[in-house]
Amino acid sequence: MSATTARPLFESALVKRAVVDSFKKLDPRRMVKNPVMFVVEVGSLFTTILGLHALITHHGDTSAAFVLAVSAWLWFTVLFANFAEAMAEGRGKAQADALRKARQDVQTRRLASATRGATFEKVSSAILKKGDHVLVEPGELIPADGEVVEGMASVDESAITGESAPVIRESGGDRSAVTGGTRVLSDFLVVRISAEPGQTFLDRMISMVEGAKRSKTPNELALDILLAALTIVFLLATVTLRPFSAFAVNQAGSGTVVSLTVLVALLVCLIPTTIGGLLSAIGIAGMDRLVQANVIATSGRAVEAAGDVDVLLLDKTGTITLGNRQASDFIPAPGVTVKDLADAAQLASLADETPEGRSIVVLAKQHGLRGRELAELQATFVPFTAQTRMSGVDLQGRQVRKGAADAIAKFLEEKGQSLPAAVRDVVVETAKQGATPLVVADGAKALGVVKLKDVVKGGIKEKFAELRRMGIRTVMITGDNPLTAAAIAAEAGVDDFLAEATPEQKLTKIRDYQTRGHLVAMTGDGTNDAPALAQADVAVAMNTGTQAAKEAGNMVDLDSNPTKLIRIVEIGKQMLMTRGSLTTFSIANDIAKYFAIIPAAFATTYPALKVLDIMRLHSPTSAVMSAVIFNALIIVALIPLALRGISAKPAPAAQVLTRNVLIYGLGGVVLPFPCIKIIDLTLGALGVA
Amino acid sequence: MTAHAWLEFGAWLALLLAVAWPLGELLARVLGESAPTRFERGLLRVAGVDANAPMDWATYAKAVLVFNVLGALVVFALQRLQASLWLNPAGLPAVPTDVAFNTAVSFATNTNWQAYGGESTMSHLVQMAALTTQNFVSAATGIAVFLALVRGLTRAQTDSLGNFWFDLTRSTLVLFAIAVPVTLLLMATGVPQTLLGVSDGASTGPVASQVAIKQLGTNGGGFFNVNSAHPLENPSPASNLLESLSILIIPAALCFTFGRLVKDRRQGLALIAAMLVIFIPFTLVGLWSEQAGVPQLSALGVDASAGHLEGKEVRFGTVSSVIWSTATTAASNGSVNAMHDSFTPLAGLGPMVLMQLGEIVFGGVGSGLYGMLLYVLVAVFISGLMVGRTPEYLGKKIEGREIKMAALGILLPSAAVLVGAAVATVVGAGAIANPGAHGFSEILYAFSSGSNNNGSAFGGLTVNGTFYAVAIGLCMWVGRFFVIIPVLAIAGSLASRKKVAISAGTLPTHTPLFVALVVATIVLVGALTFIPSLALGPIVEHLQMIGASS
Repeated sequence: MSATTARPLFESALVKRAVVDSFKKLDPRRMVKNPVMFVVEVGSLFTTILGLHALITHHGDTSAAFVLAVSAWLWFTVLFANFAEAMAEGRGKAQADALRKARQDVQTRRLASATRGATFEKVSSAILKKGDHVLVEPGELIPADGEVVEGMASVDESAITGESAPVIRESGGDRSAVTGGTRVLSDFLVVRISAEPGQTFLDRMISMVEGAKRSKTPNELALDILLAALTIVFLLATVTLRPFSAFAVNQAGSGTVVSLTVLVALLVCLIPTTIGGLLSAIGIAGMDRLVQANVIATSGRAVEAAGDVDVLLLDKTGTITLGNRQASDFIPAPGVTVKDLADAAQLASLADETPEGRSIVVLAKQHGLRGRELAELQATFVPFTAQTRMSGVDLQGRQVRKGAADAIAKFLEEKGQSLPAAVRDVVVETAKQGATPLVVADGAKALGVVKLKDVVKGGIKEKFAELRRMGIRTVMITGDNPLTAAAIAAEAGVDDFLAEATPEQKLTKIRDYQTRGHLVAMTGDGTNDAPALAQADVAVAMNTGTQAAKEAGNMVDLDSNPTKLIRIVEIGKQMLMTRGSLTTFSIANDIAKYFAIIPAAFATTYPALKVLDIMRLHSPTSAVMSAVIFNALIIVALIPLALRGISAKPAPAAQVLTRNVLIYGLGGVVLPFPCIKIIDLTLGALGVA
Repeated sequence: MTAHAWLEFGAWLALLLAVAWPLGELLARVLGESAPTRFERGLLRVAGVDANAPMDWATYAKAVLVFNVLGALVVFALQRLQASLWLNPAGLPAVPTDVAFNTAVSFATNTNWQAYGGESTMSHLVQMAALTTQNFVSAATGIAVFLALVRGLTRAQTDSLGNFWFDLTRSTLVLFAIAVPVTLLLMATGVPQTLLGVSDGASTGPVASQVAIKQLGTNGGGFFNVNSAHPLENPSPASNLLESLSILIIPAALCFTFGRLVKDRRQGLALIAAMLVIFIPFTLVGLWSEQAGVPQLSALGVDASAGHLEGKEVRFGTVSSVIWSTATTAASNGSVNAMHDSFTPLAGLGPMVLMQLGEIVFGGVGSGLYGMLLYVLVAVFISGLMVGRTPEYLGKKIEGREIKMAALGILLPSAAVLVGAAVATVVGAGAIANPGAHGFSEILYAFSSGSNNNGSAFGGLTVNGTFYAVAIGLCMWVGRFFVIIPVLAIAGSLASRKKVAISAGTLPTHTPLFVALVVATIVLVGALTFIPSLALGPIVEHLQMIGASS
């Protein structure tokens, strides 16, 4: 699934399927879920019967040709709305089909116990249950979601993520989660199945993009209620018009009572069909945009909540700064030359494969020191451990170490020494600049400080400024000490930071923001992120993360790109904006329709009302037809907008409101006038009105 | 429009705002969260209620209903029994059942629709013990419900909306405290206050006290049949000014109170601004239309230099009459100093539309503001979506439940107007005095007035028949309590919500743009409902009138 490339709006295959689906969706049991369009369907049926009655008896509601023409356009209105929904669903279905290919039933080896050597039986992946253990060997598909309990292997996850480079999956740690439908390329894995059949990640993803189990979001429900209420109001307004009109005819002693067909036409024009017809398409399309950004949400509610988020907790590494810190300076202690410091630092880093370690070797090279082989030096590498928080080498009686200042201070203290004040000062100064100080010691002597610089990502500061204008606070989460954190926070332009963050502190921070009335979004990947992810209102788990993290989150980012959070917020906002703007547009349209239909409906009773026909339409029948045709065509015209979403440039709420009110509110009032006039002229020119 | 019209209207508005502002601040202090005084505790103890018991929305609503049903029953009983009770100097007989029902509902719902002639139907006892009492407590009920809604907005994560009995007592005392000085001022302007039935050959009675609260409490039920067009109910320009200002003074002041209570004065200013944006144009159109006169009458040689004077008190003329008629229909007052039936079509259109909007442009005491807030919630909802957030108002998220209730509160009174008028055109057409489009206007006006608890009458329609008495009675009940219950449900649901923090991403609800959106919502949602029926009434009347002259 190459989900990152945007699909064209109208693919012919999709359009064909959508056309067929629009007719299938006429089933009243389905239509009733959308009250606005259901009313239109009932109206269409009613006018069809009126038309046939007029055709047969020759003295029906009004002229049969007119009734049937109105009826036809009312049916088109329903079909156009169905088409919009079918188009949105079709785009999701196409993606689901691609995913389904990955979800094949495969033969797999179910193990009797959780080790590779255990006895196994060959079973179909479809019967695997949660807690079963399976053995997967190179070339085989992993049968279902699970956790690696033994082994390490490279896995091709392109079926899910679209990323072709294989990833490493191993037991223990943060890379133990595997997804059904991905392929083991090398070695083997023993996997404990963690999902019941039919509830795997892939299944959820398919039902999500298909919109099959799409339940309405809170805002969508609220909007549905409002639209239904408006429909009832206008239903009352038009139904009562019949006795009002009869009374008027009786009083005026002239004219005819407004026909049922015109009343149905008026009703359909007044009720918010534009938004009613496009509402579900907007929701499905919003979800689709998220899928295109390679994010899978567990519910539409989560997407909507993303639009509401006003605090983003962002991990420093990978989101705000580039993943790796770079050694940028050697600052020797008094009485130590730069060269000595560089030499010791290089020795301590020779076997250190971390990016930081390698950058020290590179920097030392710039000081004229070539790389050496540990073996030649007869040195033994002392790896980094969580207890010592140092790494280095032991050679020829020397103990060369590098590590955080407090770790080295402890190391020196054990040898009866202490960290010199000058080095301490450098450490503090370096931290203040937002860099990480590593102290290098040779035995009991502190040689100086290696400055590791965090590189803030290009453009991130502007992004944060944009977010701030939208009213979203950014909070940087980092394990760095407060000084370093403050400096990077200032450089990156975040609003707040949490230094030396532990999972508990993250959780507290989120709760703290929430009690102050904020909605918090965060990303996370590790198992220890799970509580915070569960607490956050919008929690995006990295696909590379653990099963626990994925289960705690309400979205999974397949690209495992922490910056994605910002895009998710934008998609959430855009979906709400599209709904709101089209609702406004839909209601604003009513004004012009009144001006078209009211004079036409009562022209025979009260000719004085002709003054209200400011569009100077051809005839009463043409006026009614034009309004109905406009009402149907505007749905089609707005399908691309509903699918793409309205433009949502980051700006403060007040500014966004002004813009959308001008375009969709004022535009909604004005646009129908020329459009109805043009349709009227066309009908006149065709001689059908 | 004459310079006199501009000047009088301008000065009148300025005076209104100048009094409403400080009064609103004062009301905020009195109505804000404070414990019952010893006097109030005493009163409530006599009634056997615990003033401190917190009520959730359903309990609060139940208390409102119980109180008002009992109130209506008392009014009904007193009317039926007045012949055998005291203070009936004119010896009036029992009020007929249908009219008594209509009147009981009318005064319990703060409508004061009068299907009867005041001085010739009701004894002093009924006027004072039943009607004047209801004038106070029905208005106080409105304030109480408004306070409950404010608490819903300001409180967080609780189900308590306060205590109805305490709110009612406090609000009644506040109304009393305002009514007493206004009564004295009215007496100073010449309004009588006596227990005699007849004085100098004219019917009279305790007029000033009833007029004060009928104006202040947006009641409108006059002592006399012709209401404030009667020379004893409204004897002088001074009394006219005082009475017309009293119509809007509390509803306007409550906007400022609202701002204070929600701790953001700009919110209150935004509401009053939205009200004025609707109120001023309707008044101006009315003034213009009345001063332009009727071409057909001019053609007959009627002097139109003073405007269209049919149905007006010449003491007040067109300007004071139009200001009054617009104010009385903007607020759900319904008292009149001229006959609305005789207005030019456009001057009659304004009052009709103001009522059909749901009596929310100032509206009734308390009820106008909570009705307005229903529209604000709808406006917040649509515009909130437009800025890409779950809509929120004053830090409270607006979701399905609030929208459902707001929609009901807006929809049901409109439904009562339309359905009532539709039935009337079929079964009640015989009661109209004028044929043609004007007859339809009379019916539409009656149901607009009743269903929105205004109580003013267009006249021309004979409404004391059983059909109108019962139908309008039912409409008044729907228009009052089928709004109060949704409002309280919203209050309950908002109170249980957390408060959301305000940021640059929050929709500001105090800006001119938002005021414009609220007005647009009111006009689109409220008025679009009635445009077809208005087209068959006042609009076509106007077009026929000007068409015939050209």
